[in-house]
Amino acid sequence: MESSVLPKLLIKGGRVVDPASGTDRVSDVLVVGDKIVAMGTGLEAEQARVVDATGLVVAPGFIDLHCHLREPGEETSETIETGTRAAARGGFTVVCPMPNTRPVNDNAAVTRAICERAAAVAATRVWPIGAASQGSRGEALAEIAAMKAEGIVAVTDDGRPIATARLLRQVMEYCRELDLPVIDHCEDPSLADGAVMREGTQSVRLGLPGMPAATEAIAVARDVLIAELTGARLHIAHLSTRSALELVRQAKQRGLAVTCEVTPHHFTLTDEDVSYDSRFKVNPPLGSQDDREALLAGLADGTVDAIATDHAPHEPARKDVEFERAPFGMIGFETALGLALDRLYHTGLVSLMRLVELFTTGPARVLGRQRRIAPGEPADLTLFSLDRRWTYRVAESASRSRNTPFDGWSFRGGPVMTVVGGRIVYEARRESL
Amino acid sequence: MRLRHLLAIEPLTAEEIAFLLDQARPFQQFQQYPLKKLATLRGKSVVLAFFEPSTRTRLSFAAAASRLGADTYVFQAEASSLKKGESLADTVRTLEAMKPDCIVLRHSASGAAAFVAERVGVPVINAGDGQHEHPTQALLDALTIRDRLGRLEGLAVTIVGDILHSRVARSNLHLLSKFGCRLTLCGPPMWVPEEFERIVPGVRRVFVLEEALDGADVVMVLRVQQERLHEPMLPREEYIAQYQLTPERLRRARPGAPVLHPGPMIRGLEIDPAVADGPQAAVLEQVTNGVAVRMALLYLLLGGAGGIERSAEIAH
Repeated sequence: MESSVLPKLLIKGGRVVDPASGTDRVSDVLVVGDKIVAMGTGLEAEQARVVDATGLVVAPGFIDLHCHLREPGEETSETIETGTRAAARGGFTVVCPMPNTRPVNDNAAVTRAICERAAAVAATRVWPIGAASQGSRGEALAEIAAMKAEGIVAVTDDGRPIATARLLRQVMEYCRELDLPVIDHCEDPSLADGAVMREGTQSVRLGLPGMPAATEAIAVARDVLIAELTGARLHIAHLSTRSALELVRQAKQRGLAVTCEVTPHHFTLTDEDVSYDSRFKVNPPLGSQDDREALLAGLADGTVDAIATDHAPHEPARKDVEFERAPFGMIGFETALGLALDRLYHTGLVSLMRLVELFTTGPARVLGRQRRIAPGEPADLTLFSLDRRWTYRVAESASRSRNTPFDGWSFRGGPVMTVVGGRIVYEARRESL
Repeated sequence: MRLRHLLAIEPLTAEEIAFLLDQARPFQQFQQYPLKKLATLRGKSVVLAFFEPSTRTRLSFAAAASRLGADTYVFQAEASSLKKGESLADTVRTLEAMKPDCIVLRHSASGAAAFVAERVGVPVINAGDGQHEHPTQALLDALTIRDRLGRLEGLAVTIVGDILHSRVARSNLHLLSKFGCRLTLCGPPMWVPEEFERIVPGVRRVFVLEEALDGADVVMVLRVQQERLHEPMLPREEYIAQYQLTPERLRRARPGAPVLHPGPMIRGLEIDPAVADGPQAAVLEQVTNGVAVRMALLYLLLGGAGGIERSAEIAH
C-alpha cells in the first residue's frame, strides 16, 4: 500500500475549527504524505509522528494575502527563505508576496524565478502576486497571462495605486477573463504626496506632513466604480479608514465582487501612537481611533474578508533615520495571530470561527480558492493556542529585519505548529509558548 | 533631576519655563557691558550642527557660547559628508566622538533633535527641527514680552501667518498657553487647521486679520516661507492684501502692543515697513534677548559654576 511508505502525522485531540464546513469539534486528524486522509476520534496509525493537540485549535493553514519578501533585489532586508520561515512561525502556510521586488515581478521569467526559489527554500507555499503594469509604472499592462501560467494569483501595483482610471479599467477587463482578482493600494497620489503619517491632531503636533483619511476613500470610490463598469473582482489592500470601509460595505450590498483586507497594525494602533519612531511609519498610515473602531466593526460584521500582514521588512540601517526619511512598513508575520487574538477574540468581538475565517477561508475566497480540513485535502494546518502567554522578542525573529513596534509585547495565545503539505515547518518550543 | 536637553517647550512646565527666563535676566544685563566675556565655560566646547541654512540662530548661539568662554565648532551640512550619503545617526555619532560638551542642532526634519538626543551622550539643544519646535525662539520671545509688558500671564496674543508649517508658532503656542494666554491664530485657512485648538488650550482661529487683532496685547508675525514644497503659495498680492500687518490694522490691537517677528523679515510682504520700523516693533530686542536666553541655557546645561545646583530645581 502506497501510504505505508509515506510519512504519517497524527494530530490527536485538537479542537478542529473549519469555517468551510462550520465544524468546531474535537477530532484527530491523520495526515499521510501531503494529504489529510482521516478525521475522527481515537484514530491510530503505525509509525506516525503523533502530536498531542489537546487544548489547541487545529485550523486550516493560514493564508497571508499581502507581504513583501524582498527577493529578488533586496536580500539584505529579507529573502524568500527567511521571510517564509517568519511566516511559518506566525502560523501561515501560504504567503502572497507583492511584486515590488527588483526587478519588479511583471513578467513570466521573474515569476518563475520566485516560484523556483520558493520550491527550493521556502518554509511555506508562496503564491506570488504579479504587477498590473510594466514595472508598476502605471503605463502599459504587464504580461499578466504569462505570469498567470507561472503561478501568480492576483495582480497589483502595490506600493502605489494603479495609476489611472483608464489603466485600471484595462487591467480589470483583462483580469476578468483571466479570473484573477485585481488588488489595489488605494490612495490619491496628490493628497499622499509628501505625507508621512495620517493628518490629524498628532501630525499637527509633531509637525509632520499628514494625509487626510479621504486620501484612501477617494481611490476606493474610483476603483469600485471601475469594478462595476468592468465586472471584474476588486480587492482593496490594507484598508485603513472608516470612509473606505463604508464604500466597500456599500459595494458588497450592491452585489459587486469587491473584497478587502485589514492589517493587524491598523486594527491595533492609531496615529496617537506615532511619535518620531520610524517603526510606526507605515503606508497607509495608522489612522484615528474612529477608524480603528470602524475596522474592528468591519472585522466582526463580515465586511472585511481577510486579515493580511503587509509584512514589510527593511534592514535596520534604512529605518534608523529621521522619521520623514524612513521607508514605510513594518514586519508582521509573527505577531499577526497574537494581535488578532488579543484585539478580536479575547475582547469578545469575534467568534473563534470568524477569527479562523479571517486567516483562512476569507483570504482563500478573495483568490477564488477553497480552504478546508477534510480527507483528501492538502495537509496545510495551523495549530494555535488560545491562552498560552508569551512575549514577542524581535531579536529571535526569523525575519532578516527588525522593524516592528511590537517587540516586547505580551500575548495570550499564538501559533504552536505549522504544517505545510504534511510537513511540520514550525513547532513552538514548549518553554516559549 | 536636572534638565538634560532642551528639545521642545511642550513637555516643560510653566515653573520650569519661568525658571529658565529668570536665569536669563542677569545675562540680559550682561549684554550691556562693554566687555562681554566670562570664563564660566572656559574649556568647554559646543558643536553647532546646522543641517539647514541659518545665520541668525547660529550666530546667536555662537555669541552666547563665546561670551561664556566656551569654544564653538561649526558643522555645516553643505560642506559635510551628508552629500556622500552618510546618515544623520552616523554624522552625530562622529560629532560626538570629537568630545563636545553640547550639540546645538538645526535640522529640516521634525523630530531630528529627539532623534539625536537618543543617540548621543551629551546635552542637545534644539535650534529648530523641521516644522516641529524652536524652543529657544519661544523663550526669547517670552523674555521680550515680559520685559515690555511686565508679565506673561493671561495675555491676549495674536499670531499671524503660516501657523501649520511654523516651528516658531508651535513653540510659542505651547509656551504661552502654559501661562494662561488667550491665543488667536490668523492666516490663510489651509495654514491654520482646527487641530491647533485641540493641541493647546485657549486657542481660537480667526481668519480676518482686523478681527484677530482686536484687543491683542501682543502681535506675532511669522515669516512667509516662500520655499514651501508641497504647498502652493498664495499669490503674493493676495497675501499682502489679506494678512500684511499694516499700521491701520495694528491700531485694532491694544495701544503699544509689542510686535514680534522671528526673522528674517520680508518688509512689504508679511509686515509693512512702517510697523517694522515703528516703536511697537520688538525685533531687535528679540535678537539681543536671544543671546541672553541661549547663554542661560548653555550655562545650565553645561554646568557652569553653581549651575548644577540651581538647575536641580528643574524637575525634568
